[in-house]
Amino acid sequence: MSPRPINTVLITGASIVGGEVADLLIDNGQIVAIGNDLGQNGLAQHGLAKEEVEVVEGKGLVALPGLVDLHTHLREPGREDAETVLTGTRAAALGGFTAVHAMANTDPVADTAGVVEQVWRLGREAGYCDVFPIGAVTVGLKGTQLAELGAMADSAARVRVFSDDGMCVWDAALMRRALEYVKAFGGVVAQHAQEPRLTQGAQMNEGALSGVLGLTGWPSVAEESIIARDILLNAHVGSKLHICHLSTKGSVAIVRAAKERGLDVTAEVTPHHLLLTEDLAASYNPVYKVNPPLRTREDVEAVREGLADGTIDIVATDHAPHPVEDKDCEWSAAAFGMTGLETALSVVQHAMIDTKVMTWAEVADRMSYRPAAIGQVTADHGQPLVVGAPANLTLVDPASQRTVVPGESASLSRNTPFDGMTLPGRVVATFLRGTPTVLDGKLAR
Amino acid sequence: MRHLLSAGDVSRDEANLILDTAEEMRSLADRPIKKLPALRGRTVVNLFFEDSTRTRISFEAAAKRLSADVINFSAKGSSVSKGESLKDTALTLQAMGADGVVCRHGSSGAPHLLANSGWLNGSVINAGDGTHEHPTQALLDAFTMRRHLGSLDGRRITIVGDVLHSRVARSNVLLLSTLGAEVTVVAPPTLLPVDMTAWPCATSYDLDAALPKSDAVMMLRVQRERMNDAFFPSAREYTRRYGLDVHRMAQLPDEAIVLHPGPMNRGMEISAEVADSTRSVIVEQVTNGVAIRMAVLYLLLSGSPDTSTDATTTEETTA
Repeated sequence: MSPRPINTVLITGASIVGGEVADLLIDNGQIVAIGNDLGQNGLAQHGLAKEEVEVVEGKGLVALPGLVDLHTHLREPGREDAETVLTGTRAAALGGFTAVHAMANTDPVADTAGVVEQVWRLGREAGYCDVFPIGAVTVGLKGTQLAELGAMADSAARVRVFSDDGMCVWDAALMRRALEYVKAFGGVVAQHAQEPRLTQGAQMNEGALSGVLGLTGWPSVAEESIIARDILLNAHVGSKLHICHLSTKGSVAIVRAAKERGLDVTAEVTPHHLLLTEDLAASYNPVYKVNPPLRTREDVEAVREGLADGTIDIVATDHAPHPVEDKDCEWSAAAFGMTGLETALSVVQHAMIDTKVMTWAEVADRMSYRPAAIGQVTADHGQPLVVGAPANLTLVDPASQRTVVPGESASLSRNTPFDGMTLPGRVVATFLRGTPTVLDGKLAR
Repeated sequence: MRHLLSAGDVSRDEANLILDTAEEMRSLADRPIKKLPALRGRTVVNLFFEDSTRTRISFEAAAKRLSADVINFSAKGSSVSKGESLKDTALTLQAMGADGVVCRHGSSGAPHLLANSGWLNGSVINAGDGTHEHPTQALLDAFTMRRHLGSLDGRRITIVGDVLHSRVARSNVLLLSTLGAEVTVVAPPTLLPVDMTAWPCATSYDLDAALPKSDAVMMLRVQRERMNDAFFPSAREYTRRYGLDVHRMAQLPDEAIVLHPGPMNRGMEISAEVADSTRSVIVEQVTNGVAIRMAVLYLLLSGSPDTSTDATTTEETTA
């Protein structure tokens, strides 16, 4: 696949996770040395000659552990017009990711060992980042019968995260059984929290604005009631529950209270819910149509606070590519979802770092360490940048600014809500087990 | 004004201009020849994605009385089910050279999208979009009320029924408040939006309390099917609490009028006796609808065609 494998890389003078400035020497897929002036003093020590080493200038850059996305829609199999594993993982690499978890709502649904193995294999062939398939909780995402979770767990794809994302596992008894069942192989159930009866025909956040715009409301309580129920169900059966794309102030309060009581739950927030508000719906431009919907300024403040204090464990993109025709239409006919892989880190920098709410070390925690831990992929991902760790890392230029142009995306789709916005930060390079997937801000292969 | 998308976009002066123009248009209805040459050579497309014979023929009559060429484009069903998108329909109309597009669509915001997408250059008139707005209905209602009540400044107007799903209610609240009226909407709590802080009106759950303080009462159509979604227990209970019958009508002040945008569910939100009573101005609303739509079409379309293009050409020639 790659014409000239680069095995040995010296990154000079990067700020390690926003802290000390040092050189990083990468060889055979591992970080072999971290220190000063490695180019002068360190190479020989590792039996390396200067000409064997690709030097990447790291001055002014922040080195982060490779980002891990727990919530990506790669659309393959079935909707290759929107995204493929190849194009989606290219976008991921450009966004600084070295691992993505591919959601199960493909066509056919990833509810069998066969489909998850297909996605896993496509990821390996693409080679831009590791693809960990998520298995469906129920057959066909229909919410009536458990999918063969064990078969998916035992497959080559080694599935540990199960989700009907896009649909809520609304039946309390079925959700209980799913949580119980995955205990046998240490799985986690990632819930798309949306009470279906409260959100029939829902188009945008329910509030003052939805009433004026005449768009059917998606009330906060439809999310919060499921989160509360599932936290209690999980406490009852002692399993692992993860909340997808939490979006409301009330949800943050429920998860915070649960954690204070010592209950086991993890939660994610998307970049778009950290930045955008429902007001954008007033344009009736369906690029702003997403599920759960954009909420109010108050909700945005609350999810930021929740992410900063650790109530919300991780940022996950919910990268949801759609072909042009599914967004170039009237609001109610349009598909829900936004792309996000290439802009996630910039949005987090803008919303959390430049506002001095979080540090780069905390970003590494929320976008690499913790998502890898929840996804149980820590063998290769989500490890601190230390000697001996797998060389999965990304270099970011935080001083850089860029204006988002949808047409420049590596994704097949163009439905970014950040179109035209100027955002800080640029991913300069990404390394997957020592091999550059991105260099100079461009795909390396 | 280039488009008419929301009653909220219409200023008080603009609203009065439309109403005054409609007054002149209405006088035409009493003449033997009901036609003006104002829009000769202009093309008005009635683009109806939802069935609405009343609204369509009202716009059609209005455009024809102004001598416009009228094309009726009925594209029932959603873009998805029909297989032709709103965009392609708009591009087709643009290619045919539509000067004005009257759009009725089941999706809130569809006319807004047509006007702002760059797909077509013509003026877009919202003839009802989803559960959002129906501005010409509000204008004809205001027109009808003004003819009976005089200035609407300080007049108390009560709108009753399924406000949550009503584009008529949204447009009326916005327009009537712009014209200085005091608007109260009355409905069971389930049929009001959950947060109405942004609405320039009062709300009430009690029709009997509101009626004695009403100079006009507008009954909205309530679909019986709403009861299947638990918006109210039964049609009968709805009628009992929110229907306008002769006993309730007796609580109105002497000069008060009763409006309904149609089509009525006789016996549901309004009794037959009320609908046919002397207070009812429902048939007159239909007549006034044509006059209002003539006024709107005239004001939006009677400027010289493609003025902007002409200006550019002239500039290029002189340069």
